Amino acid sequence: MSTRTFRVWRGDAEGGDFAEFDVAVNEGEVVLDVVHRIQAEHAPDLAVRWNCKAGKCGSCSAEVNGMPRLMCMTRMNLFAEGEPVTITPLRTFPVVRDLVTDVSFNYEKARRMPAFAPPADLKPGEYRMQQVDVERSQEFRKCIECFLCQNTCHVVRDHEENKPPFAGPRLFIRAAELDMHPLDARDDRREAAQDEQGLGYCNITKCCTEVCPEHIKITDNAIIPMKERVAGDRYDPLVWLGRKIFRKGRSGSAAG
Amino acid sequence: MSDNAIHDVERLACDVLVIGAGGAGLRAAVEARLAGKRVIVISKSLFGKAHTVMAEGGAAAAMGNVNANDNWQVHFRDTMRGGKFLNNYRMAEIHAQEAPDRIWELETYGALFDRTADGRISQRNFGGHEYPRLAHVGDRTGLELIRTLQQKLVSLQQDDEAAGEGPDKLQVIDETTITELFVEQGAVKGAFGYRRGTGRFMAIAAPAIVLATGGIGRSFKVTSNSWEYTGDGHALALRAGASLINMEFIQFHPTGMVWPPSVRGILVTESVRGDGGVLKNSEGRRFMFDYIPEVFKAQYADNPEEADRWYTDPDHNRRPPELLPRDEVARAINSEVKAGRGTEHGGVYLDIASRRSAEYITERLPSMYHQFKELADVDITAAPMEVGPTCHYIMGGVEVDAETAASKVVGLYAAGEVSGGMHGSNRLGGNSLSDLLVFGKRAGEFAAEHAAVTPAPELSEEEIAAAAQDALRPFANDGENPYELQAALQAVNGRLVGIIRRAEELEEALAELETLRPRIANVTAAGGRAYNPGWHLALDLRNMHLCSVATAKAALERDESRGGHTREDAPGMDPAWRRINLVASLDGDELVLTRQDVPAMTPELLGLFDPSELAKYMTPEEYRSTEAEDA
Repeated sequence: MSTRTFRVWRGDAEGGDFAEFDVAVNEGEVVLDVVHRIQAEHAPDLAVRWNCKAGKCGSCSAEVNGMPRLMCMTRMNLFAEGEPVTITPLRTFPVVRDLVTDVSFNYEKARRMPAFAPPADLKPGEYRMQQVDVERSQEFRKCIECFLCQNTCHVVRDHEENKPPFAGPRLFIRAAELDMHPLDARDDRREAAQDEQGLGYCNITKCCTEVCPEHIKITDNAIIPMKERVAGDRYDPLVWLGRKIFRKGRSGSAAG
Repeated sequence: MSDNAIHDVERLACDVLVIGAGGAGLRAAVEARLAGKRVIVISKSLFGKAHTVMAEGGAAAAMGNVNANDNWQVHFRDTMRGGKFLNNYRMAEIHAQEAPDRIWELETYGALFDRTADGRISQRNFGGHEYPRLAHVGDRTGLELIRTLQQKLVSLQQDDEAAGEGPDKLQVIDETTITELFVEQGAVKGAFGYRRGTGRFMAIAAPAIVLATGGIGRSFKVTSNSWEYTGDGHALALRAGASLINMEFIQFHPTGMVWPPSVRGILVTESVRGDGGVLKNSEGRRFMFDYIPEVFKAQYADNPEEADRWYTDPDHNRRPPELLPRDEVARAINSEVKAGRGTEHGGVYLDIASRRSAEYITERLPSMYHQFKELADVDITAAPMEVGPTCHYIMGGVEVDAETAASKVVGLYAAGEVSGGMHGSNRLGGNSLSDLLVFGKRAGEFAAEHAAVTPAPELSEEEIAAAAQDALRPFANDGENPYELQAALQAVNGRLVGIIRRAEELEEALAELETLRPRIANVTAAGGRAYNPGWHLALDLRNMHLCSVATAKAALERDESRGGHTREDAPGMDPAWRRINLVASLDGDELVLTRQDVPAMTPELLGLFDPSELAKYMTPEEYRSTEAEDA
C-alpha cells in the first residue's frame, strides 16, 4: 500500500477547479478503485459515472493524465511512483458535474442512423450467413459505446461548430457494420455516411483507433474502406456516365 | 431544501411504464410499443449500459442447430434438473418452448450471432445443458443482446417519427431512478423517481408497469453484478403489496476472479469450461470428479479420459463434471479451499492454457483474454486463472403468473431477474438471457393488454409530495455515511448469508440486519441534488436492506440444502421441502414469510423424466401417477 496524490476536477457547467486528495492505493488497483475510495472517505458527493467496473459497459470514460481512458481498466501501476494522477471529464462533451459529462450528442446521432433493414424474403429462423462474413461486422459490434473515440476526434474535440454535420467514429463503424452485414437490405450505407454523417470531415489521423478500449480498428477497417468505396463509386467515370444516363439516385450505386 | 425544489416535479404519463432498461425491460418495451401503446422506459444508467451487457456465455434455446436431438422437452428437463425441481414448471415449459423464436427474432433486429458451418446460429456447451444450446457471440453475448434491443427501440422511434407520431410514443429516460410505486385499491397507477443528473423529481402516471430491474448482487462485496443491482424492483414490488418467492436462493457463480483484490468477483465466463477448461486444486488434481452428486451420476463422467472424449464425441461419453450446474461447482471450489487446497489468493485454478491452443483461446474467449491480461497481468493462453465463487444471480423474485408475468398487484408485471419461479433453486447458465427475452416479451404484451382496458390513472399532489419528502430525507438526517453503511450490510451478507449457511449464523445475520435498519433509515447525504452518488446510494440502501432481510429469513426457515441454498446444518434435499415455496410479503414494515405449494407438474411433463430420476427428488405419491401410465 502507498499513498498517492489525486487531482480530480470538480465543478459543473458554470466552472470548477481541481480538488486534491492524498489517498491510499493497494496492489492491483485501477483508477476507479481510488476514485471510489475518495468518494467513501473524502467526498461522498463526488460525481462519477460507472457501472460494471469490468471494462464491459463503457460508462467510466474520463481523461487520466490527459489520456482518454476507461477508469476501470487503467491500472495504477501505469503511473510512476510519486507521479500525481490528474482526472478530468471528457473534454468534447458538456460537463454535468465533476467527472460526469452529458453524452447525449452520441445518442442523438444514433437516432439519425438508419436502422438495420431486414431482408424482405426471409422469415425469422431462415437467416443463413457464413462466419467469415459476419466477422467483419462483429468487430464493430464489439463497441461498448464508451465514446472515447468521439471525445478524441479532433473534428469535434475543440470544434463545437462541427457537431451538427458530423456523426463521429462511433457512428462510422455502425455504418460500416451495416454496410458489411451480409443480409442488410439497404445499399446506400456508404453514401449516407458521406452525405449525412460527415464522413468527409475525417482525415484519418487514427486518434479514435488509438483510444478504443476494445481495440477496434476503426480507421483501417471501417473508415478507410468506406471512404475508398464512396470515392470509387463517385469518381469512376463509367459509374458517373451510368448515373447521368439512367438518372439513378444515390441509392443505386453500381458497386452496391 | 426549499419547498420549490420539492414541488418542482416533472409530470409524465404513458400506457406502459417499463422500469429497467436491460434485456427484459427493452424487450417488454418493444412488445408494448408494437401493440400500439405509449411506452416510457426508465433506465437507471445510460441507455445500453444495463447489467445485461455483462452476460458473457450465451442465450439458451433448443434450436438444434449443432445437435439435432435437441428440442424444447430436453431443454425443459435440463432446466428443472438445474433448479432441483423447485421451478414453476409452467414458466420453465413456456421458456423452453419460446426461446428459439425469441432468438431468431433478434436476427431480424440485426443481431449477428456466431455461425455454424452451414450458416445457422452456432450453439455452445454449457453447464447443465445436455446439448450445445447457447447462441453466442464470442464471450460478449450480453452486449450483442442489449445493443440489438437498443437499436430496435431506436428503429421503432424512427418509425414513429416517419409516421408523423410525436416523440411521446416511445421514450427512453436515462439516468433516472424510481423510488416509489403509486398504488390505489390494489392496482398500480404510476411511479415516482428522480433524474440522477439534476436531482429533479419525476412522477409518471401509468395503468400498467413492468418491473425489469434485475437483481440484488450489490448487497454482497464479492459480486459479479454492476452497481445498479440494489434490489429496487424487488423492494418496490414488496412495498406495492406484491409478494416475492424463493428469496433464499442466490447463485454464487463458481468462477469469479480472485486476484488482484480490486477485481475480486468479476465474472469468468462458464464458456471457459464449456470450451475445454478444467478446474484444479493447488496439488494439481482435477478435483471435480470427487464432487459428482448422486442425482447427476448418470450424466457426468467419473474419469478424465471419458470426460475428455466427450468434447469430440458427446453421444457416446458422459459430460465433464466441470460442467455440472453452477451450485455444485461453486460448493466444490468452496470445499477445496476450506480443505487447504486452494491457491495463494484463496481460489482454485481454472486451466485452459494447457488444454487448448492459444489461437483457439483468443478466438473463443477474447474478452477473458483481455480481462486477465489487463487487470491481472495473466496470459490465459500460457497460465491458469485463479478463480473462486462470486455472487451472481438471485433466483428469487416477484411472484408472477407464468403466462402473463403479472404480479399479485393489478397492473404490475415483472420479467427477468426481478421475477421468481422460473429457475427454481438454481439457474442454468444461458437461461437468463433467454428468460428475459421470453418473459420480457410476455410482460410487455400483457401489460399493453391491461393498459388497453384500464382508464388513465391520476396522481394526487399529496402522494407525490409524500414521495418527494421521503426521497429528500437523507439530506436532513444526521446519521452515517452511505458508503460505510453499504460496507456494513455487505459484511453481514458475505459473512453470514453466503454460499454455506447455518441456522445460528442466519439468526445472527437477522439480528445484525435489525440493528442496521435504524442506521439506514438515518443515513445522511452531503452536498446537493445534482449528480450526487452519495444521495443515490442512501436511497438504494433501504432496498438492499429489505431484500437482505427477505433472503436471511427465508434461508433460516428452509432447513434443507437445495440449489443456491446450502445449509451446513441441514445437508441434503428434503422431498417435503421440494413442494414448498417460501413467499415473502410486507405486513406494515415487517417482512413476513408464508408457505405455499409449488405448482404440481402435469402428467405429460412428468412423463418426460424417468421415474427413477423423479424418485431422487419427489415423494412416491407425486410421481406414481406417471408410473401407472407407463405400465
